[in-house]
This record gives sequence, structure tokens and C-alpha cells, in this order.
Amino acid sequence: MSNKQRVLVIGNGMVGHKFLEAMINSPQYSAFEVTTFCEESRIAYDRVHLSEFFCGRSADDLSLVEPGYYEQHGIRVLLGDKAVSIDRSAKTVTSEKGEVLNYDKLVLATGSFPFVPPIPGHDRDNCFVYRTINDLEAMQAAAEHSKVGAVIGGGLLGLEAAKALVDLGLETHVIEFAPRLMAVQIDDGGGAMLRQKIEDLGVKVHLGMNTQNIGDGDTCFHKMSFADGSEIETDMLLFSAGIRPQDALARDSKLELGERGGIVVNDHCQTSDPDVYAIGECALWSGRIYGLVAPGYKMAQVACDHINAEDNAFTGADMSTKLKLMGIDVASIGDAHANTPNAKEYTYVNGTEEIYKKIVVTEDNSRLLGAVLVGDATDYGTLLQMSLNDIPLPEFPDALILPQRDGNGATGLGVDMLPDGAQICSCNDVTKGQLCQAVSDGATVLADLTLATNAGTSCGGCKPLVGQVLNNELEKMGLEVNTDICEHFPHTRQELYHLVRVKEIKTFSDLLAQHGSGYGCEICKPTIASILASCWNDYVLEPEHLALQDTNDRYLGNMQKDGTYSVVPRIAGGEITPDKLIVLGEVGKKYNLYTKVTGGQRIDLFGARLEQLPQIWKELIDAGFETGHAYGKSLRTVKSCVGSTWCRYGQNDSVALALEIEHRYKGLRSPHKIKSAVSGCTRECAEAQSKDVGVIATETGWNMYVCGNGGMRPRHADLFATDLDTETLIKYTDRLLMFYVQTADRLQRTSVWMDNMDGGIDYLREVIIDDSLGICEKLEAEMAKVIDTYQCEWKTTIDDEEKMLMFRPFINSNKADSNVVFVEERGQIRPARKDEREPVTA
Amino acid sequence: MNDLTKKAQEDDVTTDPNWTGICNLQDLPLNAGVAALLHADTDKETQIALFRTSANDQVYAISNFDPFSEANVLARGILCSIGEQLAVASPVLKEHFNLATGQCFEDESVSIATFPVKIVDGNVLVAG
Repeated sequence: MSNKQRVLVIGNGMVGHKFLEAMINSPQYSAFEVTTFCEESRIAYDRVHLSEFFCGRSADDLSLVEPGYYEQHGIRVLLGDKAVSIDRSAKTVTSEKGEVLNYDKLVLATGSFPFVPPIPGHDRDNCFVYRTINDLEAMQAAAEHSKVGAVIGGGLLGLEAAKALVDLGLETHVIEFAPRLMAVQIDDGGGAMLRQKIEDLGVKVHLGMNTQNIGDGDTCFHKMSFADGSEIETDMLLFSAGIRPQDALARDSKLELGERGGIVVNDHCQTSDPDVYAIGECALWSGRIYGLVAPGYKMAQVACDHINAEDNAFTGADMSTKLKLMGIDVASIGDAHANTPNAKEYTYVNGTEEIYKKIVVTEDNSRLLGAVLVGDATDYGTLLQMSLNDIPLPEFPDALILPQRDGNGATGLGVDMLPDGAQICSCNDVTKGQLCQAVSDGATVLADLTLATNAGTSCGGCKPLVGQVLNNELEKMGLEVNTDICEHFPHTRQELYHLVRVKEIKTFSDLLAQHGSGYGCEICKPTIASILASCWNDYVLEPEHLALQDTNDRYLGNMQKDGTYSVVPRIAGGEITPDKLIVLGEVGKKYNLYTKVTGGQRIDLFGARLEQLPQIWKELIDAGFETGHAYGKSLRTVKSCVGSTWCRYGQNDSVALALEIEHRYKGLRSPHKIKSAVSGCTRECAEAQSKDVGVIATETGWNMYVCGNGGMRPRHADLFATDLDTETLIKYTDRLLMFYVQTADRLQRTSVWMDNMDGGIDYLREVIIDDSLGICEKLEAEMAKVIDTYQCEWKTTIDDEEKMLMFRPFINSNKADSNVVFVEERGQIRPARKDEREPVTA
Repeated sequence: MNDLTKKAQEDDVTTDPNWTGICNLQDLPLNAGVAALLHADTDKETQIALFRTSANDQVYAISNFDPFSEANVLARGILCSIGEQLAVASPVLKEHFNLATGQCFEDESVSIATFPVKIVDGNVLVAG
């Protein structure tokens, strides 16, 4: 341990945390021993979204640190302790609790503290600042006995604090010394619009007010007296009159400070002592304090890189901001006040919709200098990039802010015009060049791109722009985009589907011989098995298909973490007789299976060993069950409510339709699982709008919804067609599902499939309803073939002696796998955890 | 790719390993795995996964134990070719293991045991 470099961080706010993250992610991390002070009783949390504390986000929700993250990476956290002195010659820091810590490199991330103007009475009870969760908790407690709250300061943070007071249910006043709100960021026109919008929300705004005294009130706890003789009474008072750098430690240890505070740093974020760094709001770079999180994050990375002897420099930061205040979009870019000599302005004011937009341009109309947006900040990303990257403006710059009502779309900037160095995500400092690199490295969908680069993962404001860069890059690459399914086939899934169809290829080996190379893999084999099944619907365990199947399809069960399987018989529409229910109970009991009701109105039996599967299924099939295809990428369940048969509100027989749909499409192999549901009325008890195909009964027929899903990224289904009769509904469903099976990518749910279509649902309607491609007859015929050749795969399997051999635990022994161990919990089995098992070796 | 057979034969000559007869070659499905048990009911009891590939008409034996999921499942994985190398993808979380060397493709520090295989008169024998 002693040969490690000791890095000591003072301050565990957002920037301090970012620094620790950067260190953990640095290649040399193991060469460092990192310790951090955290004066507050909570480790780093999101101060930017502090006001959400009052609308339901808990302190835990605000945390920036996954539980155990610091411990896992060996970072010692001195929680609730405070650095009280630095001895730079001995390179030690002494803590309040008396601990003396040695350091090789010291990082000050002490942040700032709220400035409280020295108004007489500022230290009375029920006066607060707005900085920490502790402050919020104190406010929350005081609010219980308060009716009125006031904020001194109408800047960005002051308005955030006002939102907190509104959320606490108080009559809220904002008192600002300057003649407008957010005086730093926006101009008079924008400020006036913002005031109007905020007052619409019931907040009283008082501008140009000079508070002279705070004393006892008559009707409230405080009475504020102003220079113009007026008075306001309030129970609670919040100071939000700006911040000051927290530089006391640096001052005591004789580090160089700015005239008005702030620890002076160079481009590497080093202070006047090269072994001491300062980052974030406590640091003074080139005479400036940066009170935003993005520059702080950049400084954290720069300091980390410098400690790691890597090249990086802080060269200032753009102070443009976009935020949502009480639901109101406000943005400010660059020279918002038109301070540049001879700058010209264009302003758009929409009094009805309460939108204010202004752009500031150079004298010759060629470049954007700044902008103010209130009420609608959708142009922020485009305008910001234009000003940052010196992009030539269109001939009539006002087109940038005028509404586009002719349907031609906004005069955006082509992202193509941005230089590679353009910073797209300011929170995480991601440039266009980095995004392009990630795209060419294979991140060709938005989710992969944000994962690969971190762009858009903090505030999310740049996501539309990230998407534009992605699309632009993909377009530029043209056919060079590698959409090959894997190294063995230079084709997309859709192309493989067409090859199989058109050339009537019936086996993987034929397809590989004609169109592929190598021997296949876990990606192409199951995909092609699925395509073959969709087209020809052979039994999936035929010898030529067997080796292609994922384990779930190969053993017709869902493999669980311990190698056992779960068994899910079909319970179409969720309708089951008491007798069959008893059979499930008896089978579960006999084989000691863990039993759980699924979200799709079925019953799942867990913990079946490979060798038990045939016997279990034999019993189920003898009792009249069939496979539920829960293991396959295929139709799963069609959920239903009881519908008009029983329900007082039911408009139609939802159970009967659910049964019809489920039996029609059961066994259909598809690019991903397919779910469906039918609700008997608009109360929607079957949750049909979260399914790939959802149906809701109306007075006159069925409404059809398509391309919804639950799961990781839930998406509501879109209304596709209304008041259909059953025949038409089935016809459209045949076409839709077959079109999906033919054209979707591997593991692509219907929602993503449709979203990726040019024209989306309108295009889909043209294809499915208007038959714009002239393929509907063919789609229906192909679906009919699949329906006609349905077989219960389990029935076929247990009828075949040879297939049953596949389910032996070992080819040379019938001994059960000794590594499968269960323990009991809540009256049923569950897999034993590692610590509950005998140690197993490979 | 006859190295393995060669290696097995060398082993046979030099170290005289304890060869265990497992099954007939025809009992092994082509391009899919099966599990087998070595030294059942002794303290040397070991689960192995056997793969017969049409790629080079070869039989490979590797440990059946997936070190990531800690379950005996590799015989139930899908056979893959990665460049020139043959591998199996674990059915649990899809890590790949080289059939010839046991090396994991995703994590350099992980490898699993492999076992010499020879075919004698249509019988599959495994050493180890």
C-alpha cells in the first residue's frame, strides 16, 4: 500500500464525485490510494435537481453514487468529518475529528456557500438557504407551520427555490433587487415573459426591491421592509442571492486566491501549490468562477488527467444554459444581452402562447452571438451549436426563431456542418467527433451510442442532437453501415428471410453453404432457426434444426440461473377450468416445483431438471394441456378481461376473441416475443395498450392498437384502426404480424420496428390497410400456412422415443446434477445461494 | 485441426492417462453438445461437455461447468466459429469458451478445463 500515490479529495459534491469517478476509470487507478472527505452526512447527490426533493424524489433518488460504489473501488470516505487545516510543507490534512491524513496530491472540491446579504434580521429563525438536503429538510419542517414563503433573489437558483416553496404548498413571493428575473442570463423581454408565466402559476414576483430590514410580522412570522416603504409578511424566508466560493481552507494555507475570493488555478486546475488542485465552484480560472456543473465536471476530468500525467487542459467553458423552471423552458446562449459592439437583434414574441425568442447576431448578419428563449426552448441545441461553432447563418436569420407553419419544418442546421470538435454533450464533454467515432465503431442505434459515449446521460438536453448526428453519420456511411447479422452471414435478418423464402432454403447448412461462411454462432443459428420456422414451420427439434436452437428452444423450457427449467403450459386468454388448475397444482406438488402466476395470466412452474421435463409434460398433455411457447421468440399470451359475458360494463366478448387470437397465432416464430391482449371495454382491464397487438371493444366493434410493449422501455401501443369487425381485425393482424416477421431485425420488438420505419404508423397503415405494396394477399397466405401446420412441440417430442434421449442428464449416466440444490423459502423451493451450497469446483 | 487427436495420442503414450469410454460416436448429435459424467460416484467425479463438430469431424471435451453462472450448462450451449476457432456460447449469459483450449473469449483471466478425446472403433474415449 505504501508505494501507492495518495490522493486526498476535500469535498464530495457533484464535482468531487465526478473526480472520483474519473480516477476510478483511469487506466492507472490501481496505482492510487484515494480518500475523500464528505462533510455532509450524505455522499454525493444531485444538487441540480434538488427541488425535485419536494415533488417526490427522495434523498436516495438524488444520490449520484450506487450503494457500495466507493467501497468496491477501495475509496475511503470520511463521512460527516471535515478538513480543518492543510499543512502544505508536511503534506498533511487534519480533520475535525483529529485524524491527520498524508497526501501526495490534494484536490479541493469544496464548492461554494450561499451568500446571505447582511440585512438586519437575516439570522432570525425560519430563515434558510438552499444548498443541501439538510437545508431542504429544515425547510420542509418549517413549512408545516407556515402559510407564506418568500425567496430573496430572482436568479436561477432563487426560482428553483421558489418552486420548492410552491411544491410545499405555500403562498410564494420572489423578491429581486434587479429590475428583472434571471438578470444574468436573460434580457428584459425574456424576463418580462418569464415573470408573466411564473405569475400565471400563482407566484408573486416583486422586482427592484431593496430589502432593508427583517423583523417581527403582524400576521406572519417575519415582516420584510423595503427601501420604497412597502412591506411583505412571510412565515419563511429563503436567501438565494448568489454563491461565494468556499475557499477558507485555501486561504488559511496561504494558497493564492482571487481578489474577491476563489482559489486561483491554472489550465491543469493546479493551485499555486502544484500538488494541490482546485475544481468546481471553489476554483478561479482566468478570473472567473464557474457556477455550473458542466465546467466543474470538465475541471474534474482535467485534474484527474493531470494527476495521471495525461494531456488535458481546462480552457474555459460556455455558460449557456437551458433549464425548466416550474415547467417553463428557459434558455440563454452566449451574448444574450447583445453586449458585442454593433450586434443586431431579432425578437419574436407570441403573447398568446407566451413564447419569447431572441437571437443576437453579428453586424453583418453572418454569425450567431447569443440567444434568449423563454416558453419554448426546442431550438436551443441548434442555436447553441451555431454560436459555438461559428456556423454561417441563413440569409434571413429570423427564420431560426419564427414558427414554421407551412409544414416545411424548422430551418435547422445540418449537423453535417458542425466541426468534429463541436461539443454536443456539455455535461459529459462529448464532441461530435467522438460520437462519429463511436458510430463507426458499431454504435448504430441511439441507445448504444449514448452507452458508448455517455452523451446525453446526465441532463439529456442534447439527446435530439445526438440522434441527428447518429442519423447523419449513418446516412453518410450509406451502404457501408454494417448491418450484417454476424461474421458468418453478410446479410441483415430481413435479407436472410427473403433468401430463405425465395430460394426455398430449408436448412441452416444449405443457407450457410450458399450465402455464408464459417460454421455459425449463437447469433445466426437461432435467428435462422426462427426464420426457417416462420417460413416452413418444421418441428424445431428435427436433427438438422436441433443444433441451431437456443437452449430454451432446444429443451422446450426456460432455462433458469441454475440450469433448471421452468414449465409454462398454454392457458389461452387466461381461461382455465378448475380441473385443469388442480392438475397444475398436482404436477407442481409431485415434482416439487416453485409455482408462480405470470403477468400473462398463466402459471409458471420452476425448478424442473432437464430429465424431469418429458415426464412433467407427458402428465400435462395427458390432462389436455399444450405447450405455451414461453421458451420461444413467438406468440406468448393473449391476456383478457372477462368481458361482456360477466362484466356489467363489458361491450363485447373479450375472452372469446382472446382465445381466437391466441389459438390462431400460437407457435408463430418471430424476431422477438409477441404479446397481445383483449379488453372488453374502454376501462382496459387487460392492459391491451401495452401489447404488440392490443384490442379494445367499442360499442360498434373493436379498436386495434399496435406496437406497444412493457418491459425495460415501456411504450404505449398506437391506435391503428377503429370499430373493426372481428374478420377485419383478424385480417389486419395476420398481415401485420407476418410483415413484422419478414422485415424486423433480430430481437427487435414491434415498437422499435415501427419507429424505425420511415413514416411510422402512417406507413404501416398504408401497407396493412391500403395494401400499398400489394403484398397483403401473400402475407395472409403465408400466415395461413403457419396456422395450418401448427403442432404442439411437446406432444411431438414425447411421442418420439429417440427425442426423449436428449433429456438424459448425461449421455452415460442417469445421475442427477449434484450442483442443482434447492432450499425452502415461503413454503416453496428456490435455488440455493452460493453460501448455502457445498463449494463446487470446475 | 488434428492437433487434438495427436495430443491425445501423445498423452496416451507418454502419460498413460486413464481413458474412460463414454458412448458411441453416432450417439453424439452433430454440432450440438451433450453432457457426460467421468468417474461417477468417486471423488474424481467430473461433468464434461462433449461436442461433435462437422467443421472438422472432431470431438471435443471441455468442462460442463460455466464459471460465470456457476451452473453445469455448457453442454447446452450453441457451437460457434469465431474466425478460425471453435467455441461454445454459454446458454446462461453467452460467454464463449474455446473448445480446444478452454480459454474464455470475453475474459482473459478465465479458462475452463479441457480433456483429451480419442475415437477407437467408433467409441468415444475421454481422458482426465
